[in-house]
Amino acid sequence: MSFRLTPTTGQPLYLQLMQQIRHAAETGALQDGDQLPGIRTLAEELVVSPNTVVKAYSELEHEGLLELRQGSGAFVCVKRRTKSLASHVQMARRRMRDIVDQLREDGLLDEEIRRVFEAELLCSVEIVGKR
Amino acid sequence: MTNEPAILTHALAKSYGSAEAVRRLDLSVGLNRITAFLGRNGAGKSTTIKMLLGLVRPSSGEGTVLGKRIADPEENREMRRRVAFVAEDKPLYGYMTVEQIIRFARSFYPDWRIDVERTLLRDYELPTHRKVANLSKGMRTKLALLLAFARRPELLILDEPSEGLDPVGIESLLQTLVSQSADGVTVFFSSHQIAEVERVADHVCVLDQGCLRLDAPLDSLRELYRRIDLVFAFPPPEREFQISGVESIRTNGRQMSLFVSGNAEAVTERAHNLNATSVEVTRVGLREIFLETVREN
Repeated sequence: MSFRLTPTTGQPLYLQLMQQIRHAAETGALQDGDQLPGIRTLAEELVVSPNTVVKAYSELEHEGLLELRQGSGAFVCVKRRTKSLASHVQMARRRMRDIVDQLREDGLLDEEIRRVFEAELLCSVEIVGKR
Repeated sequence: MTNEPAILTHALAKSYGSAEAVRRLDLSVGLNRITAFLGRNGAGKSTTIKMLLGLVRPSSGEGTVLGKRIADPEENREMRRRVAFVAEDKPLYGYMTVEQIIRFARSFYPDWRIDVERTLLRDYELPTHRKVANLSKGMRTKLALLLAFARRPELLILDEPSEGLDPVGIESLLQTLVSQSADGVTVFFSSHQIAEVERVADHVCVLDQGCLRLDAPLDSLRELYRRIDLVFAFPPPEREFQISGVESIRTNGRQMSLFVSGNAEAVTERAHNLNATSVEVTRVGLREIFLETVREN
């Protein structure tokens, strides 16, 4: 499993790591029972503060995607979760396609749609908290 | 584990004649994390670090390092045993060979980590039989870092550690900082290299002209700071946007660009209420935050 973090984007690194682990679980790159690298190993590999890995792991544990076992590391538990998540993502994609089609019909360019979308996401981040 | 900070200062100041190098600094550096001390050249970083270590006498104010008062010689000695420091100019005994100086340092520290010594000797590719006086600047830096890292300190204080290192050297330096941190060592390092700070730091302190301008977890900065670009059909009213969190406003015709340290949603709400024709919110990296922070002063 390899992760790639971009420190310059302004997005917290632990969130980037969480997203990539989630994504890996959704695509099946990470499967139920798979073990993730230890905190020190991953921190050294990515050259980020160990606290960044700790935060990502513990938030994902909170979400139920990871199970942290004392002394033996972090394990993926995807069974329940990803199935429902995968169908959610599929549904979201369908709805998004409708919205995008609509906006294109209204005469917006893709670039404009992307910016509207991103601005909206960034704004709601602050209200909802992090995600 | 106590919650007492690793470094704590109160109104710490240093003047050289009429020049104020450091002004009433209230600094608090937490344990078990990597804190970057960021600032331009001459911002007062080295002076601050030297005061913390008792190498420069403060003009006023006070501070503690690992709970030991910096102005008390006895407590200072005790503190220095638990803190490893790599100075900007890396003074070392030039007449010794690399091997000799390592053996020399090892004899002082019962907790010396032979594994760290070996790993770094290999990673840093140091020539063990060469005299320290004949080392390049980058190699001297690596040797000084090795001597500090192998000591198993509780706190590492590094003044511009990456100065003089090539990109490969910087990479292994950062890697070592990360593994030291994983061992529970608190790291405090000064730098003006934003790219390296942005990667490994948990917490950022920005010093400018002797004053602390910013002191926050890096993730909070990333979550709160935004650039907001607005377009209006008419010349926009700046006054409407002078609210808490707005650090700077630049207006150019119908365009307005705001730099905010929080409160972005209030700004966008106002923009919508004033019928802005375009509202764009973008994240900002540490570089932009740093430049904005030292620019406005």
